[in-house]
Amino acid sequence: MTNSSHINVRNLSVFYNNTPALENISVTVPDKKITVIIGPSGCGKSTLLRSFNRLLETDAGVRLTGEVFVDTEDIYRPGVEPTHIRKKMGLLAQKPCPLPMSIFDNVAFGPRIHGKRNRTHLQAIVRYYLKQASLWEEVKNRLHEPASSLSIGQQQRLCLARGLAVRPEIILGDEPTSALDPHSSRRIEEKFLQLKNKYTIILVTHILRQARRLADYVVFLYCGKLIEHGPVDEVFNHPRQKLTKEYISGTVS
Amino acid sequence: MDSRKKTMLLKEKIIKNCMCFCAFFLAGLLVFIIVVILAKGLPALQLSMLVQTPKGGFYTGGEGGILNAIAGSLCIAVGATVIAFFIGIPIVLFINVHAKKHSILAGGIRFTFNVLWGIPSIVYGAFGFTCMVFLGLKASLLAGIMVIALIEIPILARAVDEVLQHVPAELSSAAAGLGATNGEVAWKVIIRQVTPGIITAVLLAFSRGIGDAAAVLFTAGFSDYLPESLLQPVATLPLAIFFQLGSPFPRVQNRAYASALVLTIMVLLISVAARYFSKKLSRHRIENI
Repeated sequence: MTNSSHINVRNLSVFYNNTPALENISVTVPDKKITVIIGPSGCGKSTLLRSFNRLLETDAGVRLTGEVFVDTEDIYRPGVEPTHIRKKMGLLAQKPCPLPMSIFDNVAFGPRIHGKRNRTHLQAIVRYYLKQASLWEEVKNRLHEPASSLSIGQQQRLCLARGLAVRPEIILGDEPTSALDPHSSRRIEEKFLQLKNKYTIILVTHILRQARRLADYVVFLYCGKLIEHGPVDEVFNHPRQKLTKEYISGTVS
Repeated sequence: MDSRKKTMLLKEKIIKNCMCFCAFFLAGLLVFIIVVILAKGLPALQLSMLVQTPKGGFYTGGEGGILNAIAGSLCIAVGATVIAFFIGIPIVLFINVHAKKHSILAGGIRFTFNVLWGIPSIVYGAFGFTCMVFLGLKASLLAGIMVIALIEIPILARAVDEVLQHVPAELSSAAAGLGATNGEVAWKVIIRQVTPGIITAVLLAFSRGIGDAAAVLFTAGFSDYLPESLLQPVATLPLAIFFQLGSPFPRVQNRAYASALVLTIMVLLISVAARYFSKKLSRHRIENI
């Protein structure tokens, strides 16, 4: 591949027990921008997102054809080991899922499994990434309390800090604000806007207003097919496809 | 209100009361057992019984105690539980983390557990005895530990499997998403989530092991002395109870109840301790994902 983008998808099709979930998707995700994948429920948004870090294969009965290039490496070529791909990406799930350990250990988990052992170094890392996720002030005096004691909005920012601490270049968000209250959602959204200069961010959402607020680039999926993709202004204001127009105006859902 | 509705409500009331009765029946049964053991055992329980081994004529009402059986039972149950732990835990981690959760392999292993779980302990005893004869071993602490471990493995593994199957998939994806290998997901994340469940499972297996009489009858034998070697026979509390209860002397029969009381209290103490530790360790558990 000559394209230097972090993520390149070529003719990707995904089947769950031979039922197609994604059909022949080809898209290049622009670097250091927020790309938002939109579409109705069950159209394959999460499937596409999870194909980027090979978490898809943890589901039962998944079959996949085509190619996904991450930094020019075809990650589905036989023999490719998934952990180093996953390390390049931080993932935010729909509902925050802290690990069953303290706040400190949650953030230190990634660095630790990738070989960082020095205690003072880890402390510095944890402080830095909690600050990055705007959580430091709220938790600095209770770092060794269970992560589950945080509010759900704080937990999502903890998950962000934890993901950033493995020093990814890409952040994947699977409807990361859908379980949060409006105030916590806004904090997460603001965070994404701040982080987009440093990271390539890919978000899944079915909230069109959120897509409009955040996106630089939009990918529109409908029933497993890629209908349209392009810069946000183009897709939202001058859609080329009739279906896109109808979806954005609310005629279809 | 029409009559149909009335009968429905009456039926519901009757069924509810029946269920309530069953619950109280069970609780009452526990209280009854404890009362009987206390009433018959407590008067016969003396400190000397706990700190002495049987002297000559103990089984006909003479001096001595059941320290040999207490020590023997503890040795067998602790040894067996340790073995069951180190065999059972890797198996269930394997079928839940590495093998696909609902694969034929995992299903086959689960089926094996269920069958092993259902085999009566006397069959394990007979099997152990056959193996011992084949190997030319005699009844010993080691043989007792091995056979009790066989009984405990499916109990422990099934209980832990139940807990592991309820670990939310999101937890594994969250850890895997950070670049953790399957092994790291299992040993650094999932194990923390299920520690309280594992403690409960270990307790369950231990209680089963310390209370089993049939399997140790042939394999551990009996002895009036404290366990000293893995290759010597040892006494166990259930068999001590059995022998004393079979005696024609009322004094010895009452000591059987005292021994039963000791066994019950031991299991109770372990249960309370396990609850305490599992509470302490569940501090970090993630709930309702």
